[in-house]
Amino acid sequence: MRHIISMLLENEPGALSRVVGLFSQRNYNIESLTVAPTDDHTLSRLTITTMGDDRKIEQITKHLNKLVDVVKLVDLTEGAHIERELMLIKVKATGAQRDEIKRTTDIFRGQVVDVTSTIYSIQLVGTSEKLDGFLAAISGTTILEVARTGVSGISRGEKVLSV
Amino acid sequence: MEHLSGGEMLMRALHDEGVEFIWGYPGGAVLHIYDALFKQDKVEHILVRHEQAATHAADGYARATGKPGVVLVTSGPGATNAITGIATAYMDSIPMIVISGQVDSSLIGSDGFQETDMVGISRPIVKHSFMVQNPEDIPMVVKKAFYLATTGRPGPVVIDIPKDVTDPSRKFKYQYPESVKLRSYSVPGKGHTGQIKKAVEILLAAKRPVIYTGGGVVLGDGSALLTELAKVLGYPVTNTLMGLGAYPATDKQFLGMLGMHGTYEANMSMHFSDVVLGIGVRFDDRVTNSIAKFCPGAKILHVDIDPASISKTVMADVPIVGSVTSVLEEMLELIKQSDTKVDRPAIEQWWKQIDGWREKDSLKVNPAPDDVIKPQQVIQCLYDITGGDAYVSSDVGQHQMFAAQYYKFDKPRRWINSGGLGTMGFGFPAAMGVQMAFPDAVSVCVTGEGSIQMNIQELATCLQYQLPVKIVCLNNQALGMVKQWQDMQYGGRYSHSTYAESLPDFIKLVEAYGHVGVRIEKLSELKQKMTEAFALKDRLVFIDVMVDPMEHVYPMAIKGGAMKDMYLSKTERT
Repeated sequence: MRHIISMLLENEPGALSRVVGLFSQRNYNIESLTVAPTDDHTLSRLTITTMGDDRKIEQITKHLNKLVDVVKLVDLTEGAHIERELMLIKVKATGAQRDEIKRTTDIFRGQVVDVTSTIYSIQLVGTSEKLDGFLAAISGTTILEVARTGVSGISRGEKVLSV
Repeated sequence: MEHLSGGEMLMRALHDEGVEFIWGYPGGAVLHIYDALFKQDKVEHILVRHEQAATHAADGYARATGKPGVVLVTSGPGATNAITGIATAYMDSIPMIVISGQVDSSLIGSDGFQETDMVGISRPIVKHSFMVQNPEDIPMVVKKAFYLATTGRPGPVVIDIPKDVTDPSRKFKYQYPESVKLRSYSVPGKGHTGQIKKAVEILLAAKRPVIYTGGGVVLGDGSALLTELAKVLGYPVTNTLMGLGAYPATDKQFLGMLGMHGTYEANMSMHFSDVVLGIGVRFDDRVTNSIAKFCPGAKILHVDIDPASISKTVMADVPIVGSVTSVLEEMLELIKQSDTKVDRPAIEQWWKQIDGWREKDSLKVNPAPDDVIKPQQVIQCLYDITGGDAYVSSDVGQHQMFAAQYYKFDKPRRWINSGGLGTMGFGFPAAMGVQMAFPDAVSVCVTGEGSIQMNIQELATCLQYQLPVKIVCLNNQALGMVKQWQDMQYGGRYSHSTYAESLPDFIKLVEAYGHVGVRIEKLSELKQKMTEAFALKDRLVFIDVMVDPMEHVYPMAIKGGAMKDMYLSKTERT
């Protein structure tokens, strides 16, 4: 099963490599990873999506918690949560296809953020599933480039991940 | 407030942390530190002959004393040579501080002379690591490093220091921090009382219990409490390779070591038990054999300070995270209060069954003909002449298993061996570290002619520092454990495990290093010659004992089986 593990990490050199290293060292897989500083400049927030049964996920969270640079951690998929991923996609847009791509983009509530006479650059935000859905929907067009950020997430309601 | 350079601050911080010894080897990137070391007399430095030996010596010191071992090496090859020793300490959870020099900050990343990414290379085998960016940070980094290395589940911590950070011309205010707090690191203290209660009830209701303890009890100084618990309950106790000495081996409730080369009674008891109380163990593959067939009828109660060790391989029915002493204290208290009492008739019945298994006498030594010495007899002899009171370190292989099986350790921190990583070359430098800690004690290294050659250069260190280590070499002229597996699984094809024709004359070798060598070839002269060698209290003596080259270590677990599945000799299996 897919899990989204989100953590607050000391904003120290080498902290990220400890997290990534742990995954390769213990043969866990990383589907996506996103990391950036938070409002507190001493902390970064890192979110990893990974696959595994309950036992494996328990081991992953235990080992992550053992890392001295990991301050706090949550498995977002354990409760109600919001997950988002941003995708930038560059497609060939000429002739009749220009309208068709624009319409599909609108349906997925995406935006065309850059345009030339032959190219659309589209921005789309949503769950990974939605982004996959969009890629499937425009599979008839020529996709030139895809850049996805990986999943970021937050718990619903009162629950917060903070120090 | 004093003003000190980075190098001086490092030395002062080590002294303020209570460090007695540093094992190390100088080089370009640590010259400022070595100069600061030269100008002080509080911390003693021991010059080894190879950085790997520095780590093993510090490790041996740490295992014997419980205090962290400290290592100082230069950048590049100095740092990489230390890696095997760091990994050894990491696998066995030994507190150690490794200070490595680094090229100047301005050169990092430029492939400078003797540059290596020490923090990167050591990352998977340290508890934590630091790269010091500013000289002012040194006192706090040292404080944090010792705190991390010694608390919770202990382990090695690396401090990598670029050369410019220790520049003697730049001075800074020095104050050693009194305390340290890391928001992201907490040390488990007491276990969950509800869980401990649950465990105690299951334990008291047990009919076929086994207490299975490991290195965690030694590291957590829980031996006295473990012994008390075992006595109160009257239950059998078995120790892992790492846990030997945590429970007195000469006590009648002790079943011997368990696992791959454990005794018949220890492994049978585990397999047929209904409750296993695991304390400071990690259900290692050398213990469990096939996980699917492990202790089929047993409820597993697992106490460990590291939550990640629990339910890692074997699912625990009652997991308890806490320090071994606090959990054992609470267990003892709860046993007193509980209305459930030990089921004495059932336990008596259980002991009868165990005594039946004991009759197999799985460690019986069959003497060889023609005055040939069996390796087991050497350990028995060693045990007799040292009164069971020596510090025994070992290398890795058959001799290690014989030492574990036949030297009956009654006290913790006496058996010093590389259990997790299985590092050949560990034993001799570790014995040096022990000898530094306890100059008047008997420090013995049980080794083989293979392992000893992996750090034999330390004979020079022992001469320089007058360390009267006794080296007992079980010389079977082959890599015995490899050869044993080749006998059992590869049709006796000794692929690169024999080298009899090219072995050095160890007696001449140790004499060249200024020590004493004794060769023993006949059983009839074993005891006398060993006694004479050990009587040379202020000399290093290398005792080269020629042993039966065909001997195997038994019992031996049958791969893929349950714990009850063992070879008991070359011709007998369960």
